Amino acid sequence: MKELICIICPRGCHLTVDDELNVSGNTCPRGAVYAKQELTHPTRTLTSTVRVVSELEAMLPVKSNKPLPKEKIFEAMEVINKTCVKAPIKIGDVVIKNIFGLDVDIVATKNILR
Amino acid sequence: MFDCLVIGAGVVGSLIARKLSSYQLSIAILEKESDVGSGVTMANSAIVHSGYDPVPGTLKAKLNVLGNKMFDQIAEELDVELERCGSLTVALYDEQLPLLEELSKRSKENGVPVKLLSPKEVLEMEPNINPNVKGALFAPTAGLINPFTLPVHACENAVDNGAKLFLNEKVVSIKKNGELFDVICESKNVYQAKVIINCAGIYSEEIHKMIEDVDYQLIPRKGEYFLLDHYSDSLVKHTIFPLPSAKGKGILVSPTTGGTYIVGPSAEVTFSKDDVSTDKPTLDEVKRQALEMVPSIPFNQVIRTFAGTRPTPTTHDFIIDFAKSDKNFITCSGIESPGLASSPAIAEYVVNEFVSKVLSLKKKDNFNPYVRKRVNLAKMSVEEKNKLIKEHPEYGEIICNCEKVTLGEILDEFKSSVPPMTIKAVRKRTRAGFGKCQGGFCLPLVTREISKKFNIPVNKILYQFKDSYVAPYKVKEQKDD
Amino acid sequence: MIKKRLVIIGGGSAGMAAAIKAYELGERDILIIEKNNYLGGILNQCIHNGFGLHEFKEELTGPEFMSRFSKKVDELGIEYRLNSNVLNISDDKVVTYTNSKEGVVEVKADAIILSAGCYERNAGAIQIPGDRPSGVYTAGQAQLFVNCYGYLVGKRVFILGSGDIGLIMARRMTLEGAKVLGVAELMPYSAGLNRNIVQCLKDFDIPLYLSHTVKKIEGKSHLEKVTIAKVDEKMNFIEGTEMSFDVDTLLLSVGLLPNVDLFNKLPIRISRTRGAVVNQAMESDIRGIFACGNVLHVHDLVDYVVEEAREAAEGAVQYLNGELKHEGHVYEVSPGNGIGYVVPQLVYIDDVKEKLSFKFRVRKPFKDVTIYIKEGEKVIKKLFKPAIIPSEMEIVKLDKSLFSKEANEISVYVEEKK
Repeated sequence: MKELICIICPRGCHLTVDDELNVSGNTCPRGAVYAKQELTHPTRTLTSTVRVVSELEAMLPVKSNKPLPKEKIFEAMEVINKTCVKAPIKIGDVVIKNIFGLDVDIVATKNILR
Repeated sequence: MFDCLVIGAGVVGSLIARKLSSYQLSIAILEKESDVGSGVTMANSAIVHSGYDPVPGTLKAKLNVLGNKMFDQIAEELDVELERCGSLTVALYDEQLPLLEELSKRSKENGVPVKLLSPKEVLEMEPNINPNVKGALFAPTAGLINPFTLPVHACENAVDNGAKLFLNEKVVSIKKNGELFDVICESKNVYQAKVIINCAGIYSEEIHKMIEDVDYQLIPRKGEYFLLDHYSDSLVKHTIFPLPSAKGKGILVSPTTGGTYIVGPSAEVTFSKDDVSTDKPTLDEVKRQALEMVPSIPFNQVIRTFAGTRPTPTTHDFIIDFAKSDKNFITCSGIESPGLASSPAIAEYVVNEFVSKVLSLKKKDNFNPYVRKRVNLAKMSVEEKNKLIKEHPEYGEIICNCEKVTLGEILDEFKSSVPPMTIKAVRKRTRAGFGKCQGGFCLPLVTREISKKFNIPVNKILYQFKDSYVAPYKVKEQKDD
Repeated sequence: MIKKRLVIIGGGSAGMAAAIKAYELGERDILIIEKNNYLGGILNQCIHNGFGLHEFKEELTGPEFMSRFSKKVDELGIEYRLNSNVLNISDDKVVTYTNSKEGVVEVKADAIILSAGCYERNAGAIQIPGDRPSGVYTAGQAQLFVNCYGYLVGKRVFILGSGDIGLIMARRMTLEGAKVLGVAELMPYSAGLNRNIVQCLKDFDIPLYLSHTVKKIEGKSHLEKVTIAKVDEKMNFIEGTEMSFDVDTLLLSVGLLPNVDLFNKLPIRISRTRGAVVNQAMESDIRGIFACGNVLHVHDLVDYVVEEAREAAEGAVQYLNGELKHEGHVYEVSPGNGIGYVVPQLVYIDDVKEKLSFKFRVRKPFKDVTIYIKEGEKVIKKLFKPAIIPSEMEIVKLDKSLFSKEANEISVYVEEKK
């Protein structure tokens, strides 16, 4: 039996999920979908910064272009922390390609001219 | 080896050092913190009292009244904001009226010009005072002073005239070494001097005890305050006092030279001389008493609460004297209220009555009593500002939006002989960070400017005291960096 | 003196959106004045995502959202000044600003939109008892340091306030290597979105202490200890519930306040939102001076800031074209049961073209609730909502035709289903 709070709408239903992934406590079907996903393959979008060599900025904000498995987040941070890029950078530029072979890229979310 | 060594660069130590620097003497100033004016001087009401309150015949009374008169010249020479707004000591109950009469008599004995006002006159002067007011004592010579720039500029003037300032030097012991004193600091540095002047604020008792037993104590009495934002309507134009009691002048409501309002202080004895913490019950009581005098104080506009400690002498008067065992040690102990108001007179008194008896005082020909005047953008016309900005573009760039402090004014302070090296030091000199957002926006910007100017990495910049690093950790540090 | 038809103070999301809308409505003589060296405002440091779901139907990070607008501003050739701070607005609409290149400049504006955003409530304003060491920051300060400068303000963190900024920073600091020991929230319910409770606190096992606040902070020079305690319904501390944490950082996420200083010396009323009292065109008590975005009332979604900025731009352009007549029937709008505030506070119904929006927040969370909008005694709109919380601003759009001009009061209130 697992308990979690639904995040789909402000109602925030308290959900209970049994070992066979039957969901109760939701007041709409979206809650059940969320609960199952969250308990089997929880994912998170990662946003962070990387060091950048630039006249204008010290840090470049980045994000994972797709959600990453939740358990890989801290490992991803270690890779991100080792990374350093050089300006110029455009939004969408790939900073780390195919991280952990998961078909997820870490991309720039800001334009830095120089 | 120095002729004269001043311990403590608060307002008293700085003004004494400044006066001494007008003579042909070698002077050292030792300050235990990273900036001038960091102890008692930093947290007080910032009022240049008129002098109606001290008991006639005391040193407090004499030096307060003298000091008050000296402030116009001090403010002019040291470029410190002074506003002679006057004070109103209000009686809220009929039973207090005889006390008001007594205060009026005391004022006259002290040589302080005052006027007793009727309730109607009080409310005409200050419409926001409690409409039940029964009368007030108006003291027109009372004023507001910038308590931060006063010690800084005084110290700067002393240094510009040859005195040497040593920051981060905490005195831990003093030993007589023949004709000289060895002043030993925590840093292991030893300074030698013929004459020591003890201006160590709350710790002047401990410093004095380093050379002899003393027959007084300095009891730490804390005062807690509220600071309110610039109020769009004028709350009060004068400093408003209640009638004084055994505890002191009481909780005042006053404008400040920064355009904010100050409410406080409380008065409670603390265990530790270091304790400048605030607490809710005390602040609630300050609020309650203040609202009695000025019922419309907008406490939802509070931007800061703080506290300071008074070095209250058990003798109930300033202790300014030679040490009993050694005339070359002069102490200024127990400089509590009206210490700030008396400070210029204390400096004269110490030098003329005490130092002159142990050192030969020969005037310096080239003594310059004027400190470098700061750019005052608020007083300039648009044309004048633009002339300045054309030559110095930094005066067009605003760093602190709440107080409209420009980059030029901050860089200007870096040029001083007592430059700010911490966030708090910049704040005290320029008001950057003193406004409603309390540095919310400008603290990172000021950090960046200090870093650039002094070539200190951002993570080594201090907020105020030792180890108070603003942003100590660089992100993503790799072992091979 | 320079003359401009429309001066926009603040080039963040609200300012940019207002400028673009004004341009699209045909106005060409626009000047945006911005204090930073970029357009985008606070979004520059909000590197997390969640922006743009309504506006772009995409989930963008702050920098991405702001660049969509700044790009458009540049494409349209709208004039702006960076590194420029407004010193004063006079009551005859002279805007005085300063920068290092031009010095002090006075601009006579025909219309002004104030979109200067907000600032964070700080430790002094909430009168935190104890010492005043370094190490106490607002969440936004810590965010700027970590995201833009690249420095962590500390490694052992406690957070006061469960608003979204505090929750976001809990996650951010943790990901950068700090330990966040807990979040205290004064209210018995969280102020942030459930999504953030899960993804910023639960994900990292950071405890949330509801009905708790900071009782005392200690530290001689730098912060050393934070003590929190539980409060009762009257917000008084409950004896014996103290908990202390050894920390070097306290982050405050205890509310945002409109940056409305520039209006303080003007005859403009300030409402309980802490922003100006405005009419349906986002116009203040001074004709031709408008306000929108966080400077008017604090928003939680930048998408709604942008919508409101467009309303203000429409209002400003209508004003410039002489179409805001202020004639005819006027309504005063007030918050009723369960409602904290409503914007706008005044409606000149004859100036409304088609639709009119009311924005409001509830005072506490409600479930199974009906929102009522009344004109006098008559209900003119009602909406059902399964849940509504104070940290989510509600917008209700009404058609002009719903108003019959029979009364002068409009009230907005809620009723929970028993």
